[in-house]
Amino acid sequence: MQQNTVTTEMQFSINAMKRQFLNVVVRLAPVVIILASQLVSAQEVDFQRDVRPILSDKCFFCHGPDPKTREAGLRLDIEASAKEDLGGYFAIVPGKPDESELVTRIHSDDDDIMPPEESEKHLSKKEKEILSRWIKQGAKWAKHWAYEKTKTKPTAELPKKLDARWAATEIDRHVLLTMTKIGLQPAPPADKITLIRRLYFDLLGLPPTPDQVQKFLNDKSPDAYEKLVKQLLASPHFGERMAIFWLDLVRYADTVGYHGDQDHNISPYRDWVINAFNTDLPFDQFTREQLAGDLLKNPTQEQLIATGYNRLLQTSHEGGIQPKEYTAIYAADRVRNVSAVWMGATVGCAQCHDHKYDPYTTTDFYALAAFFADIDDERHFKVGTNSLPTARPPEIELPTKQQSEQIEALQQKLKSDGLDKKQIQALKKQLAAAKKQVRRSMITVTLTKPRTVRVLPRGNWLDDSGPIVQPAIPEFLGKLPGSGRATRLDLANWLVGKSSKSNRFFTSRVMANRIWALFMGHGISRDLGDFGGQGTPPTNPPLLDYLAHHYIAQGLSTKKLIYHIVTSNTYKQSSLVDPSKQRIDPTNQYFARQSRYRLPAELIRDQALLASGLLNDKIGGISVKPYQPAGYYRHLNFPPRRYKHHTDGRQWRRGVYVHWQRQFLHPTFRALDAPTREECTAERPRSNTPLAALSLLNDPTFVEAARNFAQRIILNAGKTDDQKIEFAFRWATLRTPSKIEKKLVRQLLDENRVRYQKNKRDATQLTQIGMSKRDESIDVAELAAWTNVARALLNLSETITRN
Amino acid sequence: MTEHKSTLQDWINRRTFLRAGGIGLGAAALAELLKPAALATQQSSSLNLGLAGVPHFPPKIKRVIFLCMAGGPSHLETFDYKPDLDRLNGKPMPESFTKGQPIAQLQGQKLKVQGHLTKFRRHGKGKTWVSDYLPWQAQMVDDICVIKSMVTEQINHDPAHTFMNTGTAISGRPSMGAWVNYGLGSESENLPGFVVMTSVGGRNPQPIAARQWASGFLPSEFQGVEFNSVGQPVHYVKNPSGVSKHDQRRLVDTINALNQIRQQQTGDREIAARIAAYELAFRMQTSVPELVDISDEPQSVLDMYGAKPGDGSYASNCLLARRLAERGVRFIQLYHRGWDHHGGLRKFMNICCGLTDRPTWALVQDLKQRGMLDDTLVIWGGEFGRTPMFQGKGGAGRDHHIKGFTMWMAGGGIRGGTSYGETDELGYNAVKDVVHVRDLHATMLHLFGIDHKKLSVKYQGLDMKLTGVEPAKVIKDIIT
Repeated sequence: MQQNTVTTEMQFSINAMKRQFLNVVVRLAPVVIILASQLVSAQEVDFQRDVRPILSDKCFFCHGPDPKTREAGLRLDIEASAKEDLGGYFAIVPGKPDESELVTRIHSDDDDIMPPEESEKHLSKKEKEILSRWIKQGAKWAKHWAYEKTKTKPTAELPKKLDARWAATEIDRHVLLTMTKIGLQPAPPADKITLIRRLYFDLLGLPPTPDQVQKFLNDKSPDAYEKLVKQLLASPHFGERMAIFWLDLVRYADTVGYHGDQDHNISPYRDWVINAFNTDLPFDQFTREQLAGDLLKNPTQEQLIATGYNRLLQTSHEGGIQPKEYTAIYAADRVRNVSAVWMGATVGCAQCHDHKYDPYTTTDFYALAAFFADIDDERHFKVGTNSLPTARPPEIELPTKQQSEQIEALQQKLKSDGLDKKQIQALKKQLAAAKKQVRRSMITVTLTKPRTVRVLPRGNWLDDSGPIVQPAIPEFLGKLPGSGRATRLDLANWLVGKSSKSNRFFTSRVMANRIWALFMGHGISRDLGDFGGQGTPPTNPPLLDYLAHHYIAQGLSTKKLIYHIVTSNTYKQSSLVDPSKQRIDPTNQYFARQSRYRLPAELIRDQALLASGLLNDKIGGISVKPYQPAGYYRHLNFPPRRYKHHTDGRQWRRGVYVHWQRQFLHPTFRALDAPTREECTAERPRSNTPLAALSLLNDPTFVEAARNFAQRIILNAGKTDDQKIEFAFRWATLRTPSKIEKKLVRQLLDENRVRYQKNKRDATQLTQIGMSKRDESIDVAELAAWTNVARALLNLSETITRN
Repeated sequence: MTEHKSTLQDWINRRTFLRAGGIGLGAAALAELLKPAALATQQSSSLNLGLAGVPHFPPKIKRVIFLCMAGGPSHLETFDYKPDLDRLNGKPMPESFTKGQPIAQLQGQKLKVQGHLTKFRRHGKGKTWVSDYLPWQAQMVDDICVIKSMVTEQINHDPAHTFMNTGTAISGRPSMGAWVNYGLGSESENLPGFVVMTSVGGRNPQPIAARQWASGFLPSEFQGVEFNSVGQPVHYVKNPSGVSKHDQRRLVDTINALNQIRQQQTGDREIAARIAAYELAFRMQTSVPELVDISDEPQSVLDMYGAKPGDGSYASNCLLARRLAERGVRFIQLYHRGWDHHGGLRKFMNICCGLTDRPTWALVQDLKQRGMLDDTLVIWGGEFGRTPMFQGKGGAGRDHHIKGFTMWMAGGGIRGGTSYGETDELGYNAVKDVVHVRDLHATMLHLFGIDHKKLSVKYQGLDMKLTGVEPAKVIKDIIT
């Protein structure tokens, strides 16, 4: 590798700052830079952005969609109601704050102040000012942004003074237009190494190898980057990376979740998701197959596996549960998930009462639940066993070709004449064993008669007094066409179908926001799970709408949408934080730089395994069991659990395949914020805890990876310590260490050498952690010393950060 | 004050702001910065600073020790004496009590009354009823307030624990220990703010999920850390074999020094937090093993609890709870698994009480002797109670029961020697001064100086609270 060509983010940063400075000086000298938060006072009040969030958070609780808690007959979520005559006075008189009761009351010093004391809600001075000014400016109303559709792709017309060269794509034009309005300029492009590392992590979940980096640096063709993007999108590891985010949403796990938390058969569904991303199954078909693959004409085996989606929820056969109660729990779980995943809605709130902030009624909640009332999933209340896996019929059997042949052969043998009793028994035993090896997966099978679904008053499953409801979409969003009982397929088609009355645009927008967040660090609408009134309005609505339109225009091809995003200049920006920008937009809501954040749990594991050379990059298969502290499952019962880690190559599979025990997720994964997947997770938290540090320092997976990494450093890096340290740094961070960094590592190495030369027993102990064999050709003290160096490098903030 | 209603982003920003002191310091300053004392003045020693404006008013307690009798101990064999229950022993349970009620394992069975399976006596100045199964707790009734009118909403173990810990049966919400640490921050420089320990003994133990001490949608640093009685006391707290404390120190120093360089060059503030996390991790590697090694306790103390070092018993856990309390851990939760007495209740009560009664007494006495009971709230109870009706899975027992059961509180701010609330004449329904799980949460937060209505986090568009959306009340009558 040519080390001199390596441009690092650090070396780059100084230049970047200089250039940035010039940029600002040259282009923005006459512009007064103002804070994003102060913008409001400089512009007309925007109902969507400025007013509705205040009304929703501070007023709707008593003056919103829920009639049961509505006070004074006043609704502030509907324009006509908000402006109507309340018996001689008006809450809102457009243009006349002085005559508007709303303004009087929010400024009141008396007991009648709004919101009232006991609501625990308070308006800030700024919020009061916004409301008053909005009324003064005419109290212009708009439909909630999340229910407002743009018919065509919004375009961004750039003023001439803006640099059209940077704004190479429509995405960039939208981003540039919005950021310059608040006085921001794009960050300079990331250096090439940072960029390729980012791209590899984002698309494959793995860093590039130094060779791959070099190849990219050597490619001087103008479309070198685009070629690389295409190559990565075609990699089978792309599906693995994307699956993580989808599995979080749909709450995929290997165990039932409640009570005994037994294993259930579902891993083929995970493989289906990986494959669906790899083959770029259009999102509408991706949706149909999961929600209703069984209702498609002549469903394929793969489409049936996809219907495992409907079975992913937590289930229980705890002794003493009432099936009726659990049927209600499951129904609510499914409504929460389908509405969160596809609608970005919190319909779950309407289980006991009409939604406080959005127009979802309790009837809507149960009508959505009714779509799923035909799913055959109650048998486990009776047949659920305390075995591993437990019984969760119905399932599909998925024998390999070899298994089919073996089973067939045994069945034939059993039919042959002249077998004695002993032979028959032996054959039967073999057959049973062969069948047990077959992979199975929970699927959706339709009941001949769907369960009756009633509105449960206050969510109480014991109360049968509520009206029976039929499957229907939320009333305010329209009505499904046709007569007869609507099906899950109808629901899927409404969510993503082409009909002009479908929700396709909104669904696509929810999805586009999530995909944007995957590649830019957070959403254009910040709240990935809530597009309702309490969510955060998008900072760049035209961009979000544009992405949704683009997604649809490209046939809901997720790969094409991703290609569009990652080839934009917006994506390629440096993630370095410019202090002057930090003041204007501290949380990077306007994307005037890329984001930097700690890698997800799975990717930290994958990266360490890649550096170690241990990584087994097989795609798909049953879930794998890495090393785990003994006794970690001791609180599980029915049956008592003993965890046995895999002792073959499965030990070093990628994180996406790790056995997902809902009640006791692997401690390292938990420490690194991987969700338990009991509920939908739209966005993982990113914390920074001592438990995470302890895991990366001491978990045998990482210690073994470090030792194998050390072996590669010693054997492959050249003769001198300097060369070795450079090699090690390159595999951990893809860059060459600075002098002082080298010195620090060198010190650690030398001290460890002395120490382990003196105590070879300790050296032996450290280097025999894990089941991979130590390379006996290397002096054990030398290997131990480098193992600790490798541990240091795998623990660096830089190593575990995507930037 | 609007700042009480913080969003997670506010919290993260504030935290980042407070930590920003580390930016731009040289290597020498780094060494200085990493000294515990220096860190303390930087307000960044602990990863967990708590929220601005919390507590809302002067607190009465600094910590909670929650003694969870997992499985659901019978209130009718511990604190709730009902003469009518004995009178109707063996008779059909009056349908007026049970009609339309949720029932667990007794679904579809003939329901008959089961009289008390032990004797009750009155104890202490408050003349508190206590059963003969609890001779040690009987001696300390003047320190406790027995709440006999608890109700919950979940009748199966797993969701009932989830309800008790998070205020809802829906998974994915923060547990009370996480809430308290989120609001108040940690007091310990070397230990997590929320520690969980478990022990077993009694009838076939019900599982207990890590969900019970999870941080839900709060960041992971608020999750309860389980201290294990077997293996490593905390996962990965031990160095790998062949790595000494000194080796690990040098390793962490190198990591932190390299991280510091990175931070200077990139200005990435998150790195300061990571350096602090590695420091705390390293300190925990010493402090945790020291803490769990109770062999330095005088024999008299070990005897008082009935604890043997390293036995993983409830007794040892009680002693550890005191040690954790002394070191500033904010929320300590002990689970004893074995109270699910569907049958063989006498036998299993003897076992469960034999294992837990004396250590519970010892813990309260020990705290008292050390002057710590005044600012510690001790809570005792299960996820629910047990039916007045007979169940016979291997001898007389009782089924799950949620409409009336008993818990007790002792310590800071609690009026000892009192009982609060009542169930009906058969111990079925809580009828007087009903205390919902939400009220328990509200009261606990109140003692911490927290207004339960104000401790909220925006999540999925809602102001999420431990006490949820239904009204909850602080039980002022039991507070001094």
